[in-house]
Amino acid sequence: MSATDTPVSLPTPDTAQRSPWGEVLHSLSRSGTFLTGLAIVVFWIVCALFGQHFVPYDPLASDIINALTPPAADHWFGTDQLGRDVFSRVIVGSRDILTVAPLATILATIAGTALGLVIGYFRGIVDDIVSRVLEAFMAIPVVIIALLAIVALGTSKITVIVVIGLSFAPIIARTVRSAVLAERELDYVAAAKLRHEGALHTMFVEILPNVIPPILVETTVRLGYAIFAVATLSFMGFGIQPPSPDWGLSISSNYGMIGGGFWWTVLFDALAIASLVIGVNLVADGVHGAFND
Amino acid sequence: MTDPRQATNALELKDLSVAYRVGRRNRAVLRNVNLTIKAGEAYGLVGESGCGKSTVALSVVRYLPRNGSITGGSIALDGKDVMKLDAEALRRARADSVSMVYQDPGKALNPSLRIGRQLTEIFELAGITGQAAEDKALAMLNRVRISDPASVMQRYPHQLSGGMQQRVAIAMALANDPSMLILDEPTTGLDATVEAEVLDLIAQLRRELSASILFISHNLAVVANMCDRVGVLYAGMLVEEGSTRDVFNDPRHPYTVALLRCLPRGGQRKDQGRLDTIPGFLPGIGANIVGCAFADRCALATERCRAEPPPLYELGDGRLSRCHYHDKAQSLPRATPAEIAAAQPKQAPPVLQVEGLNKTYASHGRPLRAVKDVSVSLRPGETLGLVGESGSGKTTFARLLLGLVPPDDGGSIELEGKKLAPRLASRTEDQVKAVQIVFQNPDSALNRSHSIRHILSRALKRLGGLTGKTLDTRLEELVRSVRLTDRHLVVKPRQLSGGLKQRVAIARAFAGDPRIVVCDEPTSALDVSVQAAILNLLADLQSRQDVSYIFISHDLGVVRYLSDKIAVLYLGRIMEFGPSEAVFSGPHHPYTEALLSAVPKLDRTESARIRLDGEIPSAANPPTGCVFHTRCPRKIGAICETQEPELAEAQPGHTIRCHIPYDELARLQRPKTLEPA
Amino acid sequence: MVFLGGQVLPGNVGRAILGPFADQRAVDALNHSLGVDRPLLVQYGSWIWNFLHGDMGTSYVFRAPVAPFVIDALGNSMKLALVAFVLVVPIGILGGVIAALNFNRPLDRIISLGGLSVTVLPEFVTGIILILIFGVWLRWLPIAAAWPKGAGFFTQLYYLTLPSLPLFLVLFGYIARMARSGMIEALDSDYTRTAVLKGLPWRMVIWRHVLRNALLPTITVIATQTGYLIGGLVVIETLFRYQGIGSLIFTAARGKDFPMLEAGILTIGIVYAVATLIADFLYSVLNPRIRLGAEQ
Repeated sequence: MSATDTPVSLPTPDTAQRSPWGEVLHSLSRSGTFLTGLAIVVFWIVCALFGQHFVPYDPLASDIINALTPPAADHWFGTDQLGRDVFSRVIVGSRDILTVAPLATILATIAGTALGLVIGYFRGIVDDIVSRVLEAFMAIPVVIIALLAIVALGTSKITVIVVIGLSFAPIIARTVRSAVLAERELDYVAAAKLRHEGALHTMFVEILPNVIPPILVETTVRLGYAIFAVATLSFMGFGIQPPSPDWGLSISSNYGMIGGGFWWTVLFDALAIASLVIGVNLVADGVHGAFND
Repeated sequence: MTDPRQATNALELKDLSVAYRVGRRNRAVLRNVNLTIKAGEAYGLVGESGCGKSTVALSVVRYLPRNGSITGGSIALDGKDVMKLDAEALRRARADSVSMVYQDPGKALNPSLRIGRQLTEIFELAGITGQAAEDKALAMLNRVRISDPASVMQRYPHQLSGGMQQRVAIAMALANDPSMLILDEPTTGLDATVEAEVLDLIAQLRRELSASILFISHNLAVVANMCDRVGVLYAGMLVEEGSTRDVFNDPRHPYTVALLRCLPRGGQRKDQGRLDTIPGFLPGIGANIVGCAFADRCALATERCRAEPPPLYELGDGRLSRCHYHDKAQSLPRATPAEIAAAQPKQAPPVLQVEGLNKTYASHGRPLRAVKDVSVSLRPGETLGLVGESGSGKTTFARLLLGLVPPDDGGSIELEGKKLAPRLASRTEDQVKAVQIVFQNPDSALNRSHSIRHILSRALKRLGGLTGKTLDTRLEELVRSVRLTDRHLVVKPRQLSGGLKQRVAIARAFAGDPRIVVCDEPTSALDVSVQAAILNLLADLQSRQDVSYIFISHDLGVVRYLSDKIAVLYLGRIMEFGPSEAVFSGPHHPYTEALLSAVPKLDRTESARIRLDGEIPSAANPPTGCVFHTRCPRKIGAICETQEPELAEAQPGHTIRCHIPYDELARLQRPKTLEPA
Repeated sequence: MVFLGGQVLPGNVGRAILGPFADQRAVDALNHSLGVDRPLLVQYGSWIWNFLHGDMGTSYVFRAPVAPFVIDALGNSMKLALVAFVLVVPIGILGGVIAALNFNRPLDRIISLGGLSVTVLPEFVTGIILILIFGVWLRWLPIAAAWPKGAGFFTQLYYLTLPSLPLFLVLFGYIARMARSGMIEALDSDYTRTAVLKGLPWRMVIWRHVLRNALLPTITVIATQTGYLIGGLVVIETLFRYQGIGSLIFTAARGKDFPMLEAGILTIGIVYAVATLIADFLYSVLNPRIRLGAEQ
C-alpha cells in the first residue's frame, strides 16, 4: 500500500448542491419579475398561435358601415376606419412581430457570438479593426440603418429580420468579446494550450460554455429591443406591411385621427406593444438576476 | 465617566453571535464569542478561512455586510455598548475611538481623491482645518515613515506602491489616536519584504501610541510576532486562548496542535518526513453543530465529544481551551504518518538545462527585461525552488519554460538533452506533455463548465494519447494517485473544496507522465492544513515518478521543504543559485539574507533583522551596476553602482552575484545565521 | 456649426470620426448600386471636401442646396434633444442614486422596474399614450410640436414638452440603471467603508466619496445614448410632425433624395462623434487614473 495521506478524510462531494443550471432555474422559478414577464409573453404567444380561432370577428374583414364605432358590447375595443374589429386585430396582431423579432434576435445572437468569440480570442489587429467598425456601426441608430437598407433592398420581412439581426449582432459581439477577453486570461485556456488543443476546440469547447450566461442575458434583452425595433419600423412604414393586423402598422394608419378623438383605434395596440416589450424585459431582468446572484 | 473596572478593557465581546442570511435562512457565523482586550494590549485572532475572523472585526465597528446581523450578545468598546449606540453616537465612536485597517490597501483608499485630502478630512472632523489640518496630515505621514511625505500628499492612491498605500491606510487609522485599532490581515498580499516593513512599523507605532490592537491573521507566525495574547477561532467559536508564548509552544486544543504541525518549520525538508495534516473540513457556515465542532476531524474525539459541547475550560494563567481532553491535546496522533520513502539522489544527466535565457517586453516603448540571462540545470527527481519578490521574473521564467511566451533569441532550453522549441506550437507532442504546470488558483485553472471526468479524460487523451478502455483504466489510476475517488469524477469543479480542486489540477498535470512540472504558488490560495496535504502529495508523486519540479512560492518555509536547489531572482536576474541547504544556511547573497530575515518566525527568535528600504525598482528602468544596490544593506561602495557583478561560484554548485567576496559574506553574516536546526 | 465640427474633428480623433466615415461608406455603396456613375472614391473625396466647406450638395427633390435644410433641421432637433437631455440627466441620475440608497427596498424596486419598463417602450407607443392623455383627453398640451411663427422661448418650450417626454422616458431607465449600479458598486467598496469608519457623516461619505466614483461610468453611457436619441428623433419628429433632422432623413429616404439623406446622416455622425469626444474628455478630467496615467 502506498503512503496514506488523509485516508478517509476526503468527503463525498456535496451532490445535494444544485448544478449551476439547476440553481439558475430554481432562482428563476422564485422570481416574481420573471414569472410575471413569462406569463405576459406566453399570453401573446398563445394569441399569436391560436388567436384566430377564438376572436369574435375576422381581423381583416372590413365593415365600412360600422367604421370608427367606439368600444361597446359587440365591439369591445370599437372598430377602425374600415370598420374592422379592433379587439380581434389586437389579439392576432402579435403574429408577425413574434415571428420577425425572435428570428432577428437568433440571427443576431449567432452572428454576434461567432464574431465576439473570434475577435475576443485572437485579439490583436483583427480585434482592433473589427471592434472599431462595430463601434462605428453601433453609433448609427437601428432605425436609420433599417431605413437605408429598406430603401436599397425594398420592404420584406426577410429584410427586416436581416437588418435588425445584423445591427444587433455587434452589440452581442461586444458582450461576448468582453466576456471572452476575461476568460482567455484564465489558466484553463493556458492549460488547453499546454495540451496542444486547436483554436476551435479552445473557443467552442473550453470558452463558449463559460460565456453562455452573458449571451443568454444579452439575448433576452435584445429580444425586447428587437420587438421595439420591429414595432417602430412598422410604425414608420418600413416594417410589416398591410394588410397584417400588426400593432405598429395599425397605429401608423390610425394615429392621424387621434386629434379627432378616435382614441380606441390606437390605444389598445399601443398597450399591447407596451405589455409585450415590458413582459420580455421582465423576463430579461429575471434571467439577468438569476445569473448574477 | 464609565465604570473604572470596565474602562480598563478596550474591547469586550460577550456571547457575540452573528448570522448571515443566505437563501432565506440565517446561518450562524459566530457562536457565543467571548473575548476581552485590555487597554494597551495586542490581541491576535487566528484561524483558517471561513472561521469568522473578519466577522468579529466588522461586528465591532458595526459594519457587517447587508445580509449579516448580530443575533445575540454584546460588544463593549471602552465600556460603551456599541450595539446600543444611535447613528450619531456610532459615528462619534468611529471618529474618536476605533479604527480599522484591512487587506488590499489599493481598494481601501478612494481612487479619485488625493492622499492629502483623505487625511485632512479626518482632522476636519475634529475641527482642525486649513493649514493646521495639512500640517497634521503631514506629521501623520512622517509618523508612518513614508518617504517624501509632502509629495505623497499630492498624489492619488494609484500612484503609490502597495506598501506605501498600506502605510497611508495606517496613518489614516491612527490619525484620530484611537483607543482600539483593528488590523484585519493588514499585510496579506504584500511581498514578504514589504510585509516585514509594515509589521515593524506597526510594532514601533504600538510602542509610541496607546492603542490596543486586535490583530487578525491567518498567518500564525505574524501573530506570534505581533501579539501578547492570542485566540484561536474555529467554526465561529473561540476554541483556545492564552498568552502567545503559551498557545504556540504549549497548545491545549487539538485544533491548535494540528494547525501548528501543518507548517514546515525549522528548515524541515521533504526527505525528513511528511507534514501532518488535518483530515476533513471546517463545518460550513450555519452548520448544526452537536457536541464539539472539531470532533469529526479529531483523532482524540470520544462519544462524549460528539454528544456534549465542551465549555471553555479555564486552565489557569488566563488560558482557556474548549476541549474535554485539553490535558491530552498534545498527544493527538498524527493524521499522516511521518515516515517517507525518501527519493534517492541520483547522479543522472540533467533533465533540464537552461542557458542564457532572456525575455524582454516592450513597456511604453522601453525594453523591460523580465528575465535576464538566466541559466539553471535540474536533474530528474529534483526540485528547483524559485524565490523573489513580485516582479522578480519567477512567473515569466516558468512561462518561458512552458513555451507559453517565447523567449528572446539566443539562449536555449534543453529537455533531456534535446533542444526545446521556443514556442509551444512548434514543440513535439512528447515535449509538450513532458513539461506541465500546476497553477496557483484552481478556480482559474479548471474549466468550470466541465466535469472532473471530462477535464482529466481530455488530458489523458491529448497528453497520454489514450482512448477507450485504456483511458478509463489510466483515469482510475490517476484519480487514485492524487487520492480522489470515483465520486469526485461526476462533479464540476465548484462542487469541490480548494484542496480537492488543486488535486484535480495536479492529476491533470501528471496525465502524460511529465518530466518537469512547474508549480506556480500551488498552495498560496489554500489554508495551511490543506497546504500540508498538497505538499505531501507533491513529495509523494515526486519520489514515485522521479519527476522534477520548478517550484515557485513566496513562502520560504514551503520552498525550503520541497526544494533541492534554489534560485533567488531579483529584477529578472539570478542573484544566487545553489543547493537548497547552502542557500538557506548561508553565507548567502545580501538579498537572500534580507528575504530570509523578512520571514516572520513562529518561535520568535529575536535575531538582528535585515530590512530592505525603498521600493522595488521598475524592471523597465533597472538601477545601474548591481541592480540590488539601491536597497542593499551591505552595499560596499561605488563599484556596486557602476559595475554589475558576475554570478560567481562561491562553492561548488553554489553561485552568488555580489561584489563582496564569499569569505567576507560569511564573516558579515555569521552572527545572524545561528538558526535553530 | 456643422462646418466647425467638421473642421475640428478629423485632425483630432481618428477613432471618433470613424463613425461618420463608416456611415458614409455604407451610404456610398448604396449610392453606387442605385446608379450614380462617377467613380466612387472621386465622388466620395470631393463630396467630403465640399461638405467640410459647407457645401452639402443639391437636393434632388427641392432643387436647392441641401445645407440650409440640414442646418435648420439640426437646430430644431437640438432644441428638442436638449429639452429631453436637460430633464433626463439630472432626474435619471437622481432616480438611480435614490434607488441605490434604498437598495432592495420597495422604492428601489419601483424605480428600477419602472425605469426598465419605460426604457423599453418604443417612443411612438409612449408618444401615442401621452398624446392621448395630455393632448386629447386633458387638452393640456398641443399634439403637434411645430410652434407658431415667431414664438418665444416659453411657447417653444410648451410645444416641445410633449415630444420630449417619450425621449425622456427612453433615456431615463438607462441612466437611472447605470447610476444605480455605479452607486451600489461604490457603496459596497472598501474605500466607502474606510470613509464610514473614519467617522465621517453619512452625507459627506456620499458626496465626497461615493458619488464621484459612482457616476463616472454613467457619463460615458449618457454619451453613447446620443445615438439612440437620434434614432428616437426620427420617430418622434414624424409622430409630432416636427421639422428636425430625423424627419428630414425620413422624408429624404422615402423620397430617395440622396444628397439630402447623405448630408443628414453625416451630420448625425458628426454630432455623435462630438458627443463621444465630450464624454471621453469629461471622463478623463474626472478620473485621475486616466489623467495621471496608471503607470508609476
